[in-house]
Amino acid sequence: MQNQPTTLFDKVWDAHVVRKIEDGPDIFFIDRHFIHEVTSPVAFLGLENRGIGVLYPERTFATADHNTPTINQHLPVEDPLSAKQLKALETNTAKYGISHWGLGHHKNGIVHVIGPENGITLPGMTIVCGDSHTSTHGAFGAIAFGIGTSEVEMVLASQCIMQPKPKKMRIKVNGSLSKGVAPKDVALYIISKLTSAGATGYFVEYAGEVFENMSMEGRMTVCNMSIEMGARGGMVAPDETTFAYLNGREHAPKGEAWEKAVAYWKTLKTDADATFDKEYVYDAADIEPMITYGTNPGMGTGISRNIPTAEEMEGGKSTYDKALNYMGFQENDSMIGKAIDYVFIGSCTNGRIEDFRAFASIVKGRKKADSVTAWIVPGSHVVEAQIKEEGILDILTEAGFELRQPGCSACLAMNEDKIPAGKYAVSTSNRNFEGRQGPGARTLLASPLVAAAAAVTGKITDPREFL
Amino acid sequence: MAYDKFTVLTSSAVPLPIENVDTDQIIPARFLKATKREGFGDNLFRDWRYANDETPKADFVLNNPIYSGKILVAGKNFGSGSSREHAAWALYDYGFRCVVSSFFADIFKGNALNIGILPVQISAEFLDKLFLAIEADPNAEIEVNLPEQTITILATGEQESFDINGYKKHNMMNGFDDIDYLQAMKEEITAFTAASLY
Repeated sequence: MQNQPTTLFDKVWDAHVVRKIEDGPDIFFIDRHFIHEVTSPVAFLGLENRGIGVLYPERTFATADHNTPTINQHLPVEDPLSAKQLKALETNTAKYGISHWGLGHHKNGIVHVIGPENGITLPGMTIVCGDSHTSTHGAFGAIAFGIGTSEVEMVLASQCIMQPKPKKMRIKVNGSLSKGVAPKDVALYIISKLTSAGATGYFVEYAGEVFENMSMEGRMTVCNMSIEMGARGGMVAPDETTFAYLNGREHAPKGEAWEKAVAYWKTLKTDADATFDKEYVYDAADIEPMITYGTNPGMGTGISRNIPTAEEMEGGKSTYDKALNYMGFQENDSMIGKAIDYVFIGSCTNGRIEDFRAFASIVKGRKKADSVTAWIVPGSHVVEAQIKEEGILDILTEAGFELRQPGCSACLAMNEDKIPAGKYAVSTSNRNFEGRQGPGARTLLASPLVAAAAAVTGKITDPREFL
Repeated sequence: MAYDKFTVLTSSAVPLPIENVDTDQIIPARFLKATKREGFGDNLFRDWRYANDETPKADFVLNNPIYSGKILVAGKNFGSGSSREHAAWALYDYGFRCVVSSFFADIFKGNALNIGILPVQISAEFLDKLFLAIEADPNAEIEVNLPEQTITILATGEQESFDINGYKKHNMMNGFDDIDYLQAMKEEITAFTAASLY
């Protein structure tokens, strides 16, 4: 008997449906749940008000990352509101027996960095967190997506949420990337083509040679940005690269269980004749280092190009003008050569070891531009330790950079790491919304290579000049 | 959470003809530090509403006294970005019960439905009609009828239908939430968990 050809997404989704509600959502089982200090307190409050507990505390993992300081983490947190949220996480997790890697814990870090690096994230799983960049974990062939606080409460109470099944999209990028073109550029390129709402209502599978040949870190960067085109999540079929990354990690299966798991994971791929609701195919040769010029991640362009005119864009002219006005840019401006003030490398998008290696490859033997303030923030303590072990810290120090401590930092500026109003920041994070990095801050999203080139020149510079 | 039941809402509306209104605009991250759900309305659209020195910006619609009501009418792709439910809480706390747009981001839409704000998705053409009607008369009454799944500009009778799944519609009309439903399924869920791979 031949089964109906199905997609990777269908295989994982359908295996997690507890019940289908007619003319309603699926009751969807969640294997792993991550929580952090900002979107969980009200969920715990909800449980208390209802007088119910946490059904499976061993399936939830907590970390503090969003509002934590990135210097002097050994001292009490100065901001009283942040301190209160951190305390609430500590109290709530202790009360319900949930694992908590809080500030100062050696495994602490950004939720989407520590999940994979500890092997908590595995292929075929369903993973949610009250954070839209949960899509990151899709790099392992998991269905992973962000949820709201009401749903955090649902998962705590019942290990399930109610989700209508999204439509399916496949994005193929064929060929191989040119020198100086990073996974972040692939993501920004796709989003610039699809717009920031182009994949809303869909779950994406990334396929084709570019993703097959990409490292796990790179796949995480791309899946992370899926939400920036509106997709709930994105995933890549697990393969030898995935297994090699996971083998030996603390929470990954061991021995016989590992062999059994790998055998199952190898079945997690889209069948040859399976169909998608939408498909896009791109050629890697068309992708150059990217940079954004506007106030959503779809407003990006190849670094050598000029800012598009309103006529070339899909949206309304008033919205486009508002964005350029906020950025202090004009239509047709060249991006190359624009002076910048800040560089931020880090976040769940580009805060992994490979990102710091890339950054170091350009700043090595060069000096930070005097006009630039740089915030170099590892995604976790594990990444921080790797930076030191591999000698990257020495390269950074030599070039005039300081390494900060792990956290979400300037990506969303909930802590003290705020870009001042009107200043330009080349940022390896994921969102260039108005005020995202601080009230009035102007964000230019880019890869770690573009960020490095900007950090040493003080202006937007094509990183290929340095490679 | 407990929220007002939603059946038929008749109200004037506040127009926000901007596209891609993301959740960082609805409620900036620096105001997400509360450990309770209440009070976010004060910071709704904070950086569009107030200057750095806390003075209200006269050109922003929430500061224009001619506009009021429980319905927010916004440009396409409303609620993109972060999953923060605080964005929906802020709209609710401010007094909105319904957001109308030609397109919504997924997570925002789910969050809104979970806390008692009805997201009404309509065609781009009808959205234009709404903006024109409100521009012509800031007190123009709009009727959002959930049982019938229609939205009507009362002065002209222009009407369009909108989609919502039967389960969520029933919840909104009765003020139910999903957790009660899930709690009632505990046995089925524990059996499912016992057979799960991870």
